[in-house]
Amino acid sequence: MSTTLLSLSGVSRHYGALRAVDDVSIDVPAGARHALIGPNGAGKSTLFKLVTGSMPVSAGTVTLDGTDITQLPEHQRARRGVSQTLQHSSLFLSQSVQDNVLLAAQRQHRSRRSLLPRRQAAARDRVRGLLVDVGLEARADTPVAALSHGERRQLEVAIALACEPKLLLLDEPAAGMSPAESSRLVGLLQSLPASVTLVIVEHDLDVVFALATSVTVLHLGQVLLTGSPDEVRASAAVQEAYLGTGREALFLDHPGSTQMEVS
Amino acid sequence: MSVVPDSSTDASGVGADPRTGPAPGPSRAARLATRGIPLLVLLVLLASAPLFAAPFTANTLSRILIFALFAVSLDLLVGITGLPSLGHAAYFGVGAYTAGLVSIHWTSAAPVPVLLAAAVGALAAVATGWLAVRSGGVYFLMLTLAIGELVHQLAQSLSSVTGGSNGLFGIPSVRIGGEPLTLAGYVYWYVLAVAVLGFLGLWLVARSPFGATLRGIRDNEPRMRSLGYSPFRYKYLAFVVAGGFAGLAGGLFAALVRIVNPSDAGFTTSALILLAVVLGGAGTLWGPVLGAAVVVLVRDTFGPQLDGHGPLLLGVVFVVAVYVLPRGFAGLAGLVPGRRRSTGGTA
Repeated sequence: MSTTLLSLSGVSRHYGALRAVDDVSIDVPAGARHALIGPNGAGKSTLFKLVTGSMPVSAGTVTLDGTDITQLPEHQRARRGVSQTLQHSSLFLSQSVQDNVLLAAQRQHRSRRSLLPRRQAAARDRVRGLLVDVGLEARADTPVAALSHGERRQLEVAIALACEPKLLLLDEPAAGMSPAESSRLVGLLQSLPASVTLVIVEHDLDVVFALATSVTVLHLGQVLLTGSPDEVRASAAVQEAYLGTGREALFLDHPGSTQMEVS
Repeated sequence: MSVVPDSSTDASGVGADPRTGPAPGPSRAARLATRGIPLLVLLVLLASAPLFAAPFTANTLSRILIFALFAVSLDLLVGITGLPSLGHAAYFGVGAYTAGLVSIHWTSAAPVPVLLAAAVGALAAVATGWLAVRSGGVYFLMLTLAIGELVHQLAQSLSSVTGGSNGLFGIPSVRIGGEPLTLAGYVYWYVLAVAVLGFLGLWLVARSPFGATLRGIRDNEPRMRSLGYSPFRYKYLAFVVAGGFAGLAGGLFAALVRIVNPSDAGFTTSALILLAVVLGGAGTLWGPVLGAAVVVLVRDTFGPQLDGHGPLLLGVVFVVAVYVLPRGFAGLAGLVPGRRRSTGGTA
């Protein structure tokens, strides 16, 4: 196996008696496409927050590229190459699409902290390239507040990529996207260079199995299984915890089925 | 009272339209012309004002310019960074006292007092902002209020240095090349030159990548953190820059009126200047200039004619403005037909 980029060891997050994330250990090798799946409340989003640093761990260590980053604040982790898209779009609504991506890109392409507004050619070129990649080039000057839900998701991905991440965490990037948008996203993610390691939380299993080289199944805050997509598909425990209940609910035609609660 | 600007107010700032990137030649030249020519005309008009205006008018215009610079420096905090401060006069006062003391005890040769005023204003912001910027919302408001009162009290009690409640008087007039500027017209030109440079500096800061970062923090601080920015560092720097420019305005004020009172650093001044920013339209930079003009005119020019009811009139103007112009005077620009971008956001 190649070098490990992200290593979680014994990572836990407790809210009082509730163990949202309980003693999770995962190693993600550099260049991997790692999917994190599990039913609602399995702790996937919480785990992401522990990796990005927006939430402190209760126990355990997070290691990035051989360095212990458990105690680092969020912005310093971001500077070390951790980038994310959030489950619920979090953008700068009053600004244009282009300016949103520029905020992320200008940190990478700064020309000696120039005070002159126009001296940002490199960053602007990068922004234009990213907008073409995610399919928003025609919307560059639109205020974000006027974008559709799917377009905002695409913009999230562009912003995350503009940080030039080593580790890209995608929290349900395809949620709310049309099938066309979703397959475009899969294409974009597949085309990312191996220098970007991908960890993705997704409910759309088509997206997961199209992308992932390895899969971790979380259940009630614990790792149920880590393995190749085929192993995961074949596992009886996973069927029971996740795929099983989902299908069952689907056939029972129950209004509050797990398939419906995508958040 | 919502002092934080509504979305998209910054889109109509002075010369603010870099969103098309390196635009094709003709449109950029046209934009430069539509924006630049009125600005140039305004500058020429302002510069020629003392040639046909009475000395009193020149003095009023000087006051307006000074308070406009002060208001724009506060707009960097309120409108661009999203930090409404109730103690910004502290830095104005520190600058005014610095310039006054430098002029009295050392030299009043042209740029020295105002430059030192700006430097000491920034230093005061360095000392106090470190704490203030760690808080947000109402707590930031309260902390800045406390800082303002602290400076006000210091100005009152250190009477051997500041002249106490009598004020610091006997400030010599500014000298350029050894010649003291005594005529109101010359002082006005001096104020105009420094203020225009100050506006230019603030405009550059607001348009720079640094300014974009501040707007990002205003709109979505957690997201900026996840993009690798330390909001504290940027807010602190914005606070210091705003303090420096407020100090510069204070230095000009000392050169103009040649007496500095503790109240110039106090709550009333802070509140008035915040009023000017809100009245003009926070986040636009040029709106607060108009706001400051209205505040100065109502308080100093029309006020005396109303048997001291100037503040009352100011209050009425403010209430009406908040109802009629929720985005300040700058909000009116969004209504001008021909502006492409609707300021409404979602249509």
